[in-house]
Amino acid sequence: MNTLSRRTLLGSGAALLAAPALAQAKWPARPVQMLCPWAAGGGTDAVVRIVAALLEKELGQPFNVVNRTGGSGVVGHAAIAQSAPDGYTLGIITSEIGMLHWQGLTEVTYRNYTPLGLMNNDPPGIQVNVSSPYKTAKDLAEAIKASAPGKMKASGTGQGGIWHLALAGWLNAMGLKADHVRWVPSNGAAPAMQDLAANGLDFTTCSVPEARAMLDAGRCRSLAVMAPERLSVFPNIPTLKEAMGIDFTTGAWRVICGPAGLPAEVKAVVEPALARIYKSKDYQDFLAARGFGGMYADAAGTEKYMAEADRAFGEAMKAAGLAKA
Amino acid sequence: MIDMLEAVRLVAAPDVLIAILASAIYGLVVGSLPGLSATMATALLVPVTFWLSPIAAVATIITASAMAIFSGDIPGCLLRIPGTPASAAYTDEAYAMTRKGQAEMALGAGLWFSAIGGIVGTLSLVLMAPLLAEMALSFSTFEYFWLAFLGLMCATLVARSSPIKAIASMLLGLLISCIGMENPAGTPRFTFGLTDLLGGIEPIPALVGVFAVSEVMRAMITPEPPPLPRRKFGSILANQWKLTKKYQWPMWRGNFIGIIIGVLPGAGADMAAWVSYAMSKKFSKEPEKFGTGHPEGLVEAGASNNASLASGWVPSLLFGIPGDTITAIAIGVLYMKGLNPGPTLFTERASSMYALYLIFIIANIIMIPLGIVMIRIAATVLRAPRASVMPVILLLCAVGAFATGSNLFSVLMVAAFGCIGFVMERNGYPVAALVLGIVMGTMVEQNFITSLIKSDGDILPFFERPVSGVLAAMTFGALLWPVGIWIWNRTQGRRLPAGTAAR
Repeated sequence: MNTLSRRTLLGSGAALLAAPALAQAKWPARPVQMLCPWAAGGGTDAVVRIVAALLEKELGQPFNVVNRTGGSGVVGHAAIAQSAPDGYTLGIITSEIGMLHWQGLTEVTYRNYTPLGLMNNDPPGIQVNVSSPYKTAKDLAEAIKASAPGKMKASGTGQGGIWHLALAGWLNAMGLKADHVRWVPSNGAAPAMQDLAANGLDFTTCSVPEARAMLDAGRCRSLAVMAPERLSVFPNIPTLKEAMGIDFTTGAWRVICGPAGLPAEVKAVVEPALARIYKSKDYQDFLAARGFGGMYADAAGTEKYMAEADRAFGEAMKAAGLAKA
Repeated sequence: MIDMLEAVRLVAAPDVLIAILASAIYGLVVGSLPGLSATMATALLVPVTFWLSPIAAVATIITASAMAIFSGDIPGCLLRIPGTPASAAYTDEAYAMTRKGQAEMALGAGLWFSAIGGIVGTLSLVLMAPLLAEMALSFSTFEYFWLAFLGLMCATLVARSSPIKAIASMLLGLLISCIGMENPAGTPRFTFGLTDLLGGIEPIPALVGVFAVSEVMRAMITPEPPPLPRRKFGSILANQWKLTKKYQWPMWRGNFIGIIIGVLPGAGADMAAWVSYAMSKKFSKEPEKFGTGHPEGLVEAGASNNASLASGWVPSLLFGIPGDTITAIAIGVLYMKGLNPGPTLFTERASSMYALYLIFIIANIIMIPLGIVMIRIAATVLRAPRASVMPVILLLCAVGAFATGSNLFSVLMVAAFGCIGFVMERNGYPVAALVLGIVMGTMVEQNFITSLIKSDGDILPFFERPVSGVLAAMTFGALLWPVGIWIWNRTQGRRLPAGTAAR
């Protein structure tokens, strides 16, 4: 009896299809999918699309960006972590991965990924209305210390968002409680900047590029940036350390990665490619044009960076009462 | 003047002209497919703009979004399925006109008044940008709360069914908008542990479900309606001049409201269409004709949603604050192309600014011939047998929902809302009010809570700020007016029989 069952026939067909992929040791042998947890048209989407276009140029296979949105980023982040570690699904992850699990919204952490390269980091600034009496970060800090808890209002993003943590971390570093300044949740940085211009807030802690148009329009001032060094696009804004001697830095970062257990050969190809892309004129021009903060780290450096950020976010969230248990 | 000539030269470049034409066709097609919104049409263009010159990149976005907002009217009118949320307000009206055999008039009105709205909106951008931007910046969360609340009131004004049922479906919409963690507290609500519900219910799947899927379901259980008389599809623009003269005031009111709403960040074409349609009904001399296939509301709302599109660029260009979801995407493209938003764009890069104005005007002018072609092609749908149209629509709904986030969950959402919409329609609950609740719910809540946090729980600032005071008065006026009329009618009604008895 050597009748061919339907299943073996299908199986052999699949094996035939898979054979070239297995035989060909050289990755990438076919198009690679790049998942983006955020919607098309946003900042993360822009970064992953330019990286994908440059990877395509470097490695000679199409890198297709797929926006897997939903669940405040949880869906897309989980999709990257759960994809098959064959090198044909990579993705971009953002600082939210260091926050969502503290809130009990997902089990996925940075450990579920194979980092390939840190491509960008936007540090938060401290912005006030142009008519505000505070001329320096020190003035503002004095006023905050002198004010009754909850009297002063700041905004920049939703409750528990990255810029809320920036505020909490800054207040902590000053020796104040994380809710000493009341956080006004907003639907992103743009409405917060609008409210700052309408004199509805004392200051915002969104990133400097997000405040850029208002800065250019002379509607607000940026007092400091919570970064280790000044931003190349905004050289006039002092770092927090320069402005008031507090060495607190954080930021919204974006990392190219694959699922955990990515083959070493894939990593060996992508990691140096990303390093070349980061240095390329195309990518640097892109960062400068959007006002995005540049920051690069190789795979090992990225892993360390994400671990440190994860710990710092957890601390800030516990201090602000945002973490679950 | 030199700047103006330079602008003409910039726009007349072959790559810009090709970009305008190609994105116009693209916008018309995407906008007319149920489930694919104008915002999505724009978002999908972003990767393309990487390879275009700055002016061509901005041209694609302006043109595609203007076309998509207009062509969203087409499936709404022909099949009672709005292509974009901005068309949802007057879909029933346009469809009623089609059933009366006036499809060309309804679509023509959509086209003609969209183009006029777009051009008037552009003029407002040219002439009053700094003034309008100043106004937008004076709006704080208190004002936005009243504005969104006023938007919700439109549910009762627009509905033809009983106001009680309209309010009930609006409240259901508000309940649905509570789902997810995109609320001021950042706490997941009603998610039942489902990750997919964390981000809340997007208006698009809900809209596609309650309008398109429920329409398909209805088609399955009702006998095929008597075919429309087979006749030549009449001239599309023939009656539009007559309409323009007859409904001059509603048209200008629509343009005006569209401009104001467009300028305010966060409130876009959707809200402009709703408010204008409601206004139109409220101030019409013949409000009883609304909903039976009466062009007046179409004129006003059609002009309004396109006017808002142009004026939505005002805060974006001056302060980098998006007027709506489309300009939010456009701002990213502007930065990428070195056209950084800000007042300097108007002074140092004046030629680019003029080029932008020119593109707006061109887009709204070529909308008329291209729109006519599109309408003629689309109108063949009316002749196709229903059994072959409905499956295609169902397929488009599924594809459109999936395309928004490569997420199967939104397809399920569309199916669920289809069932909800079907049951609601059968029992006389207007589904448009449900969509309004979903769209406005977050805005009402967000601004209410934020305002209270800012005022430390004091509700007085909602009334003492001058603009919010006026808006509050308008809201209460709209709220109490029907009650007042009802009481007056009741007391009159009681007095009359008493009077007759005495006689």
